[in-house]
Amino acid sequence: MIMNPLRERDLGTPARKGEATVQLTIDGQPIAVAAGTSIMRAAALAGVEVPKLCATDSLEAFGSCRLCLVEIEGRGGTPASCTTPVAPGMVVRTQSDKLGRLRRGVMELYISDHPLDCLTCAANGDCELQDMAGAVGLRDVRYGFDGENHLGQAVDDSNPYFAFDPAKCIVCNRCVRACDEVQGTFALTIQGRGFDSKVAPGPGSFFDSDCVSCGACVQACPTATLSEKSLIQLGQPRRVVETTCAYCGVGCSFRAEMQGETVVRMVPSKGGGANEGHSCVKGRFAWGYATHAERQTKPMLRDSIDDPWRTVSWEEAIAHTAARLQEIQARYGNGAIGGITSSRCTNEEVFVVQKMVRAAFGNNNVDTCARVCHSPTGYGLKTTFGTSAGTQDFKSVEAADVILLIGANPTAAHPVFASRMKQRLREGARLIVLDPRRIELVRTPHIAAEHHLQLRPGTNVAVINAMAHVIVTEELVDQSFIDARCETDSFEHWASFISRPEHSPEATADHTGVPADLLRQAARLYATGGNAAIYYGLGVTEHSQGSTMVMGMANLAMATGNIGRDGVGVNPLRGQNNVQGACDMGSFPHEFSGYRHVSDDATREMFASLWGHGTERSAGSAHPQHAGRGGGRRVQGALRAGRGHRAVGPGTRPM
Amino acid sequence: MTGETRADSGADTRFPPWSADRARAVVADLAPLRGALMPMLHALQREFGYVDGQAVPLLADILNLSVADVHGVVTFYRDFRDTPPRGPVVRLCRAEACQAVGSEALAEHAERTLAAGGAAAAWELDEVYCLGNCALGPSATIDGRLHAGMDAVRLDALLAEALGGEQREARRAAGGLGVSAVTVYVPRDAAARSVGADKVAAALAQATAASGRLVNIVRNGSRGMLWLEPLVEVATAAGRVAYGPVSPEDLPGLLDAGLLDGGAHPLRLGPTEDLPWMRGQQRVTFARVGLDDPLSLAAYEAQGGWAGLRRAMAMAPVDVVKEVTDSGLRGRGGAGFPAGIKWNTVAQQPAGLKFVCANADEGDSGTFADRMLMEGDPYSLIEGMAICAHAVGACEGYIYLRSEYPDAIAVMGEALERARAAGWLGASVAGSGMAFDIFLREGAGSYICGEETAMLESLEGKRGVVRAKPPLPAIEGLFGRPTVVNNVLTLATVPAILADGAAAYQALGMGRSRGTQVFQLGGNVKQGGIVERAFGVTLRELVEGYGGGTFSGRPLRAVQVGGPLGAYLPADGLDLPMDYEALAAAKALLGHGGVVLFDDTVDMARQARFAMAFCAEESCGKCTPCRIGAVRGVEVLDRIIAGEDREANLILLGDLCEVMTDGSLCAMGGLTPLPVRSALAHFGADFQAPPAALL
Repeated sequence: MIMNPLRERDLGTPARKGEATVQLTIDGQPIAVAAGTSIMRAAALAGVEVPKLCATDSLEAFGSCRLCLVEIEGRGGTPASCTTPVAPGMVVRTQSDKLGRLRRGVMELYISDHPLDCLTCAANGDCELQDMAGAVGLRDVRYGFDGENHLGQAVDDSNPYFAFDPAKCIVCNRCVRACDEVQGTFALTIQGRGFDSKVAPGPGSFFDSDCVSCGACVQACPTATLSEKSLIQLGQPRRVVETTCAYCGVGCSFRAEMQGETVVRMVPSKGGGANEGHSCVKGRFAWGYATHAERQTKPMLRDSIDDPWRTVSWEEAIAHTAARLQEIQARYGNGAIGGITSSRCTNEEVFVVQKMVRAAFGNNNVDTCARVCHSPTGYGLKTTFGTSAGTQDFKSVEAADVILLIGANPTAAHPVFASRMKQRLREGARLIVLDPRRIELVRTPHIAAEHHLQLRPGTNVAVINAMAHVIVTEELVDQSFIDARCETDSFEHWASFISRPEHSPEATADHTGVPADLLRQAARLYATGGNAAIYYGLGVTEHSQGSTMVMGMANLAMATGNIGRDGVGVNPLRGQNNVQGACDMGSFPHEFSGYRHVSDDATREMFASLWGHGTERSAGSAHPQHAGRGGGRRVQGALRAGRGHRAVGPGTRPM
Repeated sequence: MTGETRADSGADTRFPPWSADRARAVVADLAPLRGALMPMLHALQREFGYVDGQAVPLLADILNLSVADVHGVVTFYRDFRDTPPRGPVVRLCRAEACQAVGSEALAEHAERTLAAGGAAAAWELDEVYCLGNCALGPSATIDGRLHAGMDAVRLDALLAEALGGEQREARRAAGGLGVSAVTVYVPRDAAARSVGADKVAAALAQATAASGRLVNIVRNGSRGMLWLEPLVEVATAAGRVAYGPVSPEDLPGLLDAGLLDGGAHPLRLGPTEDLPWMRGQQRVTFARVGLDDPLSLAAYEAQGGWAGLRRAMAMAPVDVVKEVTDSGLRGRGGAGFPAGIKWNTVAQQPAGLKFVCANADEGDSGTFADRMLMEGDPYSLIEGMAICAHAVGACEGYIYLRSEYPDAIAVMGEALERARAAGWLGASVAGSGMAFDIFLREGAGSYICGEETAMLESLEGKRGVVRAKPPLPAIEGLFGRPTVVNNVLTLATVPAILADGAAAYQALGMGRSRGTQVFQLGGNVKQGGIVERAFGVTLRELVEGYGGGTFSGRPLRAVQVGGPLGAYLPADGLDLPMDYEALAAAKALLGHGGVVLFDDTVDMARQARFAMAFCAEESCGKCTPCRIGAVRGVEVLDRIIAGEDREANLILLGDLCEVMTDGSLCAMGGLTPLPVRSALAHFGADFQAPPAALL
């Protein structure tokens, strides 16, 4: 099929879970797919592309364009392959004279109400309507172009990032469905009916609507109706570079669509585990930094803060830095230099920095920003679970039945994950929000939290323990899980502690501000509502009792057996996209990669033999000592990877 | 129906100005309803005369929907206005049955009157596709009140009355003056009311009160002889004696002639049951319609009501399904799918929330049986739904009733309340322990909402857009739950099947069409109304035997069977047995049983064009063949009619019909070519010369 080679392959309808047990034949090609798979997708997997316009594999089948009609042996009519599921032994034909006539007839209707400006159209070269006209062999539009039509309607360019040209719209609803199904904002609808049907962002313009500019609609549009303004300005991209968004902790994968070194647009990758083809406004549209004038693209040096920057060669920069670090070490001692990594660095970058510090600097003065925001996560989860890692990937939320959201505001801070969470909530998962703030997820179109526990700031531990109190005293614990997975003595110790009356919701209500009956209902729902998953953010960790709270949440999950499978777990929502990797790679003053302590002789010996250089046995300086003021600062020279430490680190306010 | 609930008729003062507080108060009680958006929009329009733009975010907030969601719904339905009316709203029926008796000329007159301006133009003209009064057309509503037999003179007179601001509809006469009184029946059916039944009842009450004779006036349903409405019946020792059509002016003479004792008079028709129209009928579904006060529970029970439900409740659900399957009952909405098989599918779904939905969105022009049944025997629908609920394990029922039927909405709503109060609905239906209740939902001016999946969307408070199948509604229907969707007649026939057994019903009919069909005769017909006969009766018997030919007296030219998606058959093609398969073989369909007559003045090219225009008007807009195809169909037919490139355009029309037939998502786009092709096949001559009116 004719198709823009830069585009990722589109199988038409979403995958279905399960084994490929249904065998069928499509145009003579045998194929086995999971039950519930559409004929269209099965055909694509068998190498047979059925013409389509309203179908795309990020959205559920809709069945409106009527291009994908097929014939099925033993069945009458010409059903749509997108909305018809496969059946065992089915024999499908996607090509026949009749199907050809019907498809040409449909395309003839489409084109009778479409501007004929392909050569000057922004989608020229990347237009599914154009592709389909070619694929079905449309040669003539016998209706002419004088009939009733939608040409000449005004373009809505109120959105800063994309334009809406209704004259080019084929009313396939892909934009509306993307906004509903993928993004979950429901900012779009079809206005009117019949021939008057028109995509509309409510009664006003895009800018005045609920639209959050995530761009899912633009991505879904098969024509130029919704187009990035950058694409309209620059034209079609010629190559693609895979990259990762650096904005938030979700870590969306992107395909930067380029003309030479110029970015034309950013398109989220379907294969990205975190985002699976979705993005937010920042990742898709806010990439002006890529070519910003203030961006540093060459090494620069200055001897003192009073000197101007000098652009130098990499050789000079590296030699100069190495020499200065050696000088500092010679003057102030071995421990006077160190390194800090960012959680936006890749695993490889982080590993190399900590290796350099340990092997070349000869100390353990390496740390990462992840310790600032999510140190309680690392400590708390390591203490309770044995590993300081979040327990699930983002996809796991698809299997959650109850979501306990604590101290996080995903629609603002982790928008792509929020969309995935909202999908699951619309499917029927139930939401408990534990937050002093009335975050958007408490009530937003088609989503409402079942319980909002509006606790007083600083009372996290009291609330989580009161929930545990309810679960233990009302005998809602998962005893078989505990018997199999927990240490009996430890559990009983904890259970008797948590059962004390002072932990009850009634006893703590005055302190926490959470009514006891509301807390009891939430606790019961968490314990009995099926797969229960905890998601939390800095509202948990950035408190003096953050580590205790993390352990409290882990205890709650273990007591109810909500750990160790999809749909459950204790899941930190991080600040950067590789917090986990930065930690895993050993960017800590006390731990090697894999959380092995620097005092462990066997580990040190192993690395010494691999690196050809021994390492220091005592823990190095942690983050604040790298930059503390005056006498508190032990590290005099520091190498910082991907991090503006003075701008964002703790204790670094201007001196 | 909006106007009917208002106390005043002054254009500016009939409705209060928009107020958000008032709006919130109006919709407050509706929030807990399933799919509450549609009831809320109706409530606002009733209160303010329109739906203000500010209502959109307000309702979105209340229902936790997005602004765009609500905007999409408001703009989908024809009923919802975005400005208050300037004055009385006249809605002229423009569908086929009224076209057959001159509605187009009436519309032109109305447009001219409006265009002339001035005080006589302080009203609004709107069109509507079928008011369910197809035997007495042209029909129109003025502020929701139905009027029949409209022509220019009558329209002007009614408008003058409406603009005068005085005339209110006559109060319905109260009944129940005692058992020893003479009982006189004056129908309350909307068709009877459209030709003055209320005035007859009021005048009768007045005249008999003055005479001192005890008279019990019962407002019954219609007997289905609509050309005789208002049909007045008197209960005598020898049975009911019919008089008609009766006007208030006839009453003094009738009373003098001994009306109350069945006395002789030129309007005396004779004993009702002996009338030729009635004698040969095989009324099963309509057995009770017209016999008594449709809202009287006592009368319903006395005439055999609840016997089917009682028997069903004593049977295992699986046996009830079997009984319905064995009866051969097929869906009366048009598709003719075996009801028992559908029920069985729903019954086999895992227990849990299941629904029974009655499709009362009787949008096909030329059909009015659902309306008459709901106005004349509403409990039979309730009973049928309760039996279905027992059979499939449903606990909630919905009746989706089109807004064009305000009388049916009123009767059905009252019947539901009375049935609930009497324990036939609610936590324990008839003391059985089965919980089942039925809720009434009003459509909002959308033909496509008679398509079952669009109806489900509308019931959910959404745009009435067709869903792709699978999944079948029986598996994933209303709110994603297993749902029986049956037509009103299908469900209302079930009590008789359960009461008398499957065999009795199965014994009627022919071939695979078992039982009876309620035929509705309309359009240019001399004797229009309801004929319930076993399948197999010929079209000729219906048209000539019952219908008596055309109303105009001119030669019959065409008959459209099965509504706007049904084929036009020529006058020499009437020897066709009415049977699903026989009609299909003749490239026609039975549909909902409507039979609309046209005399020899009909221009069949124009009717073909109307089929496309109607599709364009009512298409939900989802699939391409219907959304764009119908508009192009009108344009191509215009070119054919105008004689432009006729050969090429006829080929194009044929290709378009194939794309619509085989490519459309639902039956609306899929069947629109049927009337077009039938007109071409049987009346080709009409496509040869351009009628001046269309150029």
